[in-house]
Amino acid sequence: MELDSLYQEVILDHYKHPLHKGLSEDKTVQVHHVNPSCGDEITLNLQLDGDRVSDVTWDGVGCSISQASSSIMSDLVHGKTLSEAFLILDSFSELMASKGALSGDEEILEDGVALAGVSKFPARVKCALLGWMAFKDAALQGRDGAKK
Amino acid sequence: MTLLDVAALKRDFPIFHKEMRNGSRLIYLDSGATSQKPQQVLDAERDFYIRHNAAVHRGSHLLAEEASAAYEGARETLAAFIGAQVDELVFTKSATESLNLIAYSFSNTNSGRFALTPGDEILVSEMEHHANLIPWQQLAKRSGATLKWLQVTEDGRLDLSQLDQAINSKTKIVAITHQSNVLGTINPLEEIVARAHSVGALVVLDACQSAPHFTINVQELGVDFLAFSGHKALGPTGIGIFWGRAELLAEMEPFLYGGSMIETVTMESATWAPAPRKFEAGVPNMAQAVGLAAAIDYLSKIGMDRIQSHEEELTHYALEQMQAIKGLRIFGPLDMRNRGGVISFALDQIHPHDAGQVLDQYGIAVRTGHHCAWPLMRKYGVAGTTRASFYLYNDRSDVDALIEGILATQKYFKVN
Repeated sequence: MELDSLYQEVILDHYKHPLHKGLSEDKTVQVHHVNPSCGDEITLNLQLDGDRVSDVTWDGVGCSISQASSSIMSDLVHGKTLSEAFLILDSFSELMASKGALSGDEEILEDGVALAGVSKFPARVKCALLGWMAFKDAALQGRDGAKK
Repeated sequence: MTLLDVAALKRDFPIFHKEMRNGSRLIYLDSGATSQKPQQVLDAERDFYIRHNAAVHRGSHLLAEEASAAYEGARETLAAFIGAQVDELVFTKSATESLNLIAYSFSNTNSGRFALTPGDEILVSEMEHHANLIPWQQLAKRSGATLKWLQVTEDGRLDLSQLDQAINSKTKIVAITHQSNVLGTINPLEEIVARAHSVGALVVLDACQSAPHFTINVQELGVDFLAFSGHKALGPTGIGIFWGRAELLAEMEPFLYGGSMIETVTMESATWAPAPRKFEAGVPNMAQAVGLAAAIDYLSKIGMDRIQSHEEELTHYALEQMQAIKGLRIFGPLDMRNRGGVISFALDQIHPHDAGQVLDQYGIAVRTGHHCAWPLMRKYGVAGTTRASFYLYNDRSDVDALIEGILATQKYFKVN
């Protein structure tokens, strides 16, 4: 069934047992993002130690795709430098824009390649990107804040 | 009253020939968002372009004459459909534009009953579509008036227990939906209109979910303004209806300025044509108006009362079937008293977007999300719901397919 390319087992696992969900007390930056077309929301706390992501936690409501994607994202960027995190982000964005043409680089995206099937469902790409765009926003704010 | 022959009706709608995902037929349960179009409507629109196309109310040639006659004929059809006088019926591009038109008319003037000042109140309800909330919310901001709203009860009805306080001597406008696009609730207008008029407030009715589905008569409803969209009533997109009482239209300031809506113009000033022209600046959506009139003819030929009975029977059947499903919660009335053919629901542990995705695999088209009624979603503590909405071309087999689809969705996500 076409659906199985969207809802891979690893996605449903992340959905039922999301990683880093639940907001931390400490944070460098907090952002809140919404998907206006469906009402899904995410709040994300980013803690930076210099240039390094020392902690990222999130909370929110959303579909299995957005929840699993946020879970995978938060685990991937944890402990990375901002420039490393941005490379992962670029790789994931490219995968989501591929309309099913790419399968994703497992070296970089790890569990994130399970979301490759989402790129064939245009209405769901925004779901998959919700958490990633929140992280990008927080990371840019954190980086620019540090420069000031 | 005879039941509708849905199989025969469906043959009028070309889209039902389309093969959906995995070879399934189209089970269209999203008429609350937009309806499908019968061939008669498509033909009327096409025929206008092929045989009569010209700018209405301008030009001295045959085509201009025919186009004007077709457009004004459409106005007569629509006016008769809602029991209005012909000159009270204004074509807009959408119900959203109609509602904005009314709201802007209130802020375009400093005098008379359309002038709003700080201290005045505008009343809406918690179940309004964004199109009948935001124009009033922003009008309140522009004018300094206060926006108030009627609450919705747990079972999806308007809470009228505080009606006399909600509508008081400060209330200038009461803007309310006839039928909720989320809950299916049909609101008790009689009580609301009586109270509003007793304090001199004007009543604006959002009839988007009612006019396409049952008989509407503006005289009997007693409201002052009414709006609905053509595309939800088998008509084309790009055409909406705005109706107002003749004496109010005469007093109102126009919303859009330009060609066609004037009486005289100099470099310094202009005066307005009488309604409805005053509110129809620019070359209107002529083919769409003609298409909508064909849609109204189609509906009227079947009979609005038969359509209503058909949808009620179907909704009653669906409500019974859905209540038997474990882990399914319905938002809105569970009984058929003052209730239309819209059913919003949530499935335990399954997000609406995921439910809609699985249903789509079976050719079932439903709406998922907040339905442009975000405050109502917050009230019920959910991010969104899944919504099935019915029309004349649906039958029990569509409901059965939905029930099977819901069970398959729960199975897919290993719930129950």
